[in-house]
Amino acid sequence: MAASALTTGVAAAAPAGEVRTSEQRIRTAGADLDTTLYLPAALPAPAVLVAHGFGGSKASVDTDARELAERGFVALTWSARGFGASTGQIALNAPDAEVADAVELVDWLAARPDVRLDGPGDPRVGVTGGSYGGALSLLLAGHDRRVDALAPVITWNDLAQALFPNAAAAQPPPADTPARGAFSGDGVFKSGWAGVFFSAGLGEADTGQDEAADASAAPPASGGSGAGAALPSGPAADPAPSGASLPASGLPANCGRFTAEVCTAYTEAATTGRLSAGMAELLRRSSPATVTDRITAPALIVQGEADTLFGLDQADANARQIAAAGGPVKVIWYSGGHDGGPPGEPLRGEIGDWFDFHLAGRGDDPGTGFGYTVVSGVRGGSNTPTTRSLLAPEYPGLPGRGELRARSLPLQGDPQLVVRPAGGNPAAITALPGLGGALGALGGRVTAFTAELPGQSAQFRTAPFETSTLVTGAPRVQLALARLPGQPAPADAVLFAKVYEVAPAGTRTLLGSAVAPFRIAVPADGSPVTTTVTLPGVVAPIESGNSLMVSVSTTDQGYAGGVEPAVWLVGTGPDAALTVPEVPGENVTASTVPIGPLVGIGVVLALALLGWVAGRVHGRRRARAAAPTDPAAAEVPLRIRDLAKTYRGGFSAVKDVSFDVRRGMVLGLLGPNGAGKTTVLRMLMGLITPTAGSISAFGERVGPGSPVLARIGAFVEGPGFLPHLSGADNLRLYWAATGRPEAEAHLGEALEIAGLGDSVHRRVGTYSQGMRQRLAIAQAMLGLPELLVLDEPTNGLDPPQIHAMRELLRRYAQGGRTVLVSSHLLAEVEQTCTHVVVMHKGRVVADGTVDEIMAGGGAATFAVDAPERAAAVLGALDGVRSVEVGTGAVHAELNGTPRASAVRALVTAGVDVTSAGPRRRLEDAFLQLVGEDTTP
Amino acid sequence: MTDHSADPGDLPSTVRGTVGALAADGPPSAPYRPGRTLPLRVELVRQLRRRRTQVAFGLTALLPVILWAAFSLTDDGPPTGSLNLVDLAMGSGTNFATFALFASASFLLVVVVALFFGDTVAAEASWSSLRYLLAAPIPRARLLRQKAVVAGVLSTAVLLVLPVVALVVGTLAYGGGDLVSPTGESLDYWTAVGRVLLGAIYVAVQLSWVAALATLLSVSTDAPLGAVGGAVMVAIVSQILNQITALEDLRDYLPTRYATAWADLLSSQIDWAGMTRGLFSALTYALVFWAAAVWRFQRKDVTS
Repeated sequence: MAASALTTGVAAAAPAGEVRTSEQRIRTAGADLDTTLYLPAALPAPAVLVAHGFGGSKASVDTDARELAERGFVALTWSARGFGASTGQIALNAPDAEVADAVELVDWLAARPDVRLDGPGDPRVGVTGGSYGGALSLLLAGHDRRVDALAPVITWNDLAQALFPNAAAAQPPPADTPARGAFSGDGVFKSGWAGVFFSAGLGEADTGQDEAADASAAPPASGGSGAGAALPSGPAADPAPSGASLPASGLPANCGRFTAEVCTAYTEAATTGRLSAGMAELLRRSSPATVTDRITAPALIVQGEADTLFGLDQADANARQIAAAGGPVKVIWYSGGHDGGPPGEPLRGEIGDWFDFHLAGRGDDPGTGFGYTVVSGVRGGSNTPTTRSLLAPEYPGLPGRGELRARSLPLQGDPQLVVRPAGGNPAAITALPGLGGALGALGGRVTAFTAELPGQSAQFRTAPFETSTLVTGAPRVQLALARLPGQPAPADAVLFAKVYEVAPAGTRTLLGSAVAPFRIAVPADGSPVTTTVTLPGVVAPIESGNSLMVSVSTTDQGYAGGVEPAVWLVGTGPDAALTVPEVPGENVTASTVPIGPLVGIGVVLALALLGWVAGRVHGRRRARAAAPTDPAAAEVPLRIRDLAKTYRGGFSAVKDVSFDVRRGMVLGLLGPNGAGKTTVLRMLMGLITPTAGSISAFGERVGPGSPVLARIGAFVEGPGFLPHLSGADNLRLYWAATGRPEAEAHLGEALEIAGLGDSVHRRVGTYSQGMRQRLAIAQAMLGLPELLVLDEPTNGLDPPQIHAMRELLRRYAQGGRTVLVSSHLLAEVEQTCTHVVVMHKGRVVADGTVDEIMAGGGAATFAVDAPERAAAVLGALDGVRSVEVGTGAVHAELNGTPRASAVRALVTAGVDVTSAGPRRRLEDAFLQLVGEDTTP
Repeated sequence: MTDHSADPGDLPSTVRGTVGALAADGPPSAPYRPGRTLPLRVELVRQLRRRRTQVAFGLTALLPVILWAAFSLTDDGPPTGSLNLVDLAMGSGTNFATFALFASASFLLVVVVALFFGDTVAAEASWSSLRYLLAAPIPRARLLRQKAVVAGVLSTAVLLVLPVVALVVGTLAYGGGDLVSPTGESLDYWTAVGRVLLGAIYVAVQLSWVAALATLLSVSTDAPLGAVGGAVMVAIVSQILNQITALEDLRDYLPTRYATAWADLLSSQIDWAGMTRGLFSALTYALVFWAAAVWRFQRKDVTS
């Protein structure tokens, strides 16, 4: 055939990854097709035609084509006649219409330099597609011998059987393959699905811009894009036409984009519910069954287990016929289908592998096995069905393969009456055609309540299974039907057979969510007719203890079952058994551990190890840097130089603080609240890091966690205990946490200091503030540290306890230890300390011995009744300087003049002296500071 | 108490206004060794005596019993409706243990791990005891490490208590039959016991990311509730995002993406892919969060 293609326009799209695409229109004998070509990086390459599903367009297979192009194939997608932007009318894959178009597309590919050729005009080409596209794949492979490999997905073998199924046969076909259907003629019209299917060809053509149809079919489990094998989109999913429009061809408006022939045949079938001769012929032409005996190319046949439109029996027939013709066949049943979803990414990958091996000679031989998926009724955490995949080495019953294993299970149940109400209503609901995806799967749950209507069904049960069994394929049952004299009944019985799994508690699960309709002539004389009914092909795990139940009922919502009232007597046949096929398979699991993540785990662990080692090395180096270098400095318990701390936000808590604390000192750090005392102590404990300056203790630099902190005991800013432990346990565990020997703790002395009596054995949570305070001071003294740091130790103590505390601190320092006490109370410092550092607003304002600071040299203060006069008197004395007059007092620098002489002089001058003493500069200064602070 | 032997008895205490004698010169004290601070035994005692630890263990051990009681109380239900997980759980002891682990792994065990790790430093900060530990001095990295080791030991113990108790309760209640999976596979009892325990270990390692995140939050706040709640919230948000199928491959980066991958252990042939990815993902998150926690804690100004 000469390539009559015409490129009307080429638009090079932006490259996505390494795939380049170009859109062109190709004119064939009967239509003008809208096509997209996907080109891989390396050319020339084998080509794959990717056909779309009914109601879709070339856009709905974009993902599939792109994935194939990424694998290195030239992929060609096109909108079929009557779909998308292509012209022409829908002829249902007729050999002289859609199939002829596809043959011309092969010609077009053969003329391209970037497609690998097997010979002149013969490209290396494969074909795949879902549903409508799947049938086209088979028909093209049958009509055009240039096709080198094919992968039809969820499609039909015999369209007449798909739309007018009849599962009953007096002489059943041999049960050689797992899901061989009866395929008897004159079936029951599958009106629900047929209507959905036909309506997709009505109205305006989908321009291919709208992906809603495919999105609705995306299964929750696949995780892939929704644009897998395009499914016929339901009317609900097709938003374009809100009203009908008159076709240009002049055909009736109810014909949409269908050819007149198809439209007429469908109209007849839909109105009568019977398969007319014309319709039968039309459907036969569109059926791969007519050409499968000519297909010898390797075929990967993929069918869905959730598919009430094209069941497993259709794939079984395709596989059987192609295998008989000599083509290598691999069969995969996956968890989706027209009621589930399109193939997910892993399955699309298997299809890609098939073409890789059979077209390009790449990769491992995918073989001719049989893969199937077990879907459990139990849903996993994220509402996705739990599944497992199995692989059998071969599809049993094909030429040269093993035999099918089947088990015969005796059925119990007497003949029962079943009634079809007049009008066939209410009807059982078993499936929700055309919804697909999550909603379609919902059908399986709804059926539990809607599939069995009272009085409409006869039920026969097997014994409970002793071991769990996996039903793989189509079970069969022999039934005997009879009419009852005097009861209404038409000439033919239309009945629906199905199988349930029944748990001991009575829970029923409809296998495959599918029914097997059948039509059979029943003798008028009341004698029974015996027939074998092939039930829907399923993959169903049956738990041990559960049994199977065959139900034969009179109605089903999805079928045109007739409207006349009918009463039938349904019983099992002479062979009262249910035959159940089994195909043992091995679990398909990637039992190899993925290398990437494994290496990743190794890298993570190595990084963790590296970080740990680096941390240790760093810590050791820091410890060495902190070690004392100057032996003289090691004698100084605490040396603070130019210390400053600025908190985040700019608040400067401490500035330029420098002082030394020497051995034996009880040094008071005096200052009003907020002077920065606690900040200094926190830095001294290594809790916060100074902004500038340094602290060294015993010559070692102090920082977070410095070892020298072990020689310092501290009580800063209130106690901190575990409230659920007793006081004694708190101290014991605290000491244990320091890691030093228990003998050095001096726990007895510490507890004595705390003076808690028997309360030490109570939970700290029950203590008063003062008790906690004492316990915390005791904790600071554990191990009798060389430098004891106490922050406001007398807060919350009773006067006798305060007194004892002073005594304690003095004695503590006597043995060469050192004490640093902070306080905001002058009296406290004055009575306890030998030395004092006064802080105000973060700075040191005074520093010296208490006596020095208190006495302020030779200055004296005299409380007098007449300060002015007293000043004059004192000023006249020899050596006395700097006389100041205060309120009710006079201050003077005596400079060696005894205070007594000065008093005598004053008294002699007639000034009354109330008191005379050293001038308390510290108090003055401090009161000034505090006063300043307390004024608002 | 050993200290009473050193107590002469007549020494006054601060209660009476005087103080006891203080040995001015003792024997030279043993050198400070950072590596000996906060021994695990000490930290374990500190944590085990806490009510929250005891409650967490108690509740986890009680959960299988509660489940068993709930199953016993429920009606068989109407004879319609499809197969559900509860029916499956009552199949055998190992089925029951699997159910118990499934039911608790996504939330209860997350909370337990977040509690043990998130509370560990933040609680010390809230009690103000943290600054005394640091001034003891316990090096900060060591403090964090010892606390994490103890929290890890406690978490792992809880994670193992649950399946072990569930196996015992389940076996007593429903017998030592095979483990039957919803897809119709069965494993013999002892194999199934091993798989369930292996599953618990996977859950434990997988939750390391929660542990590290909770530690990071724990060193960042003084409120234990903030640290525990924060880690649990992140886990829940991740679980919610994981439900959004539209995110597709982005979900692979969620830390809870492979939380249930241990279910692959329940088939005769184990698919290690999900679990390997899960471990990689969890350990990577754990390392990042842990490094951030150490870095932050080393530099933090402890002001509580």
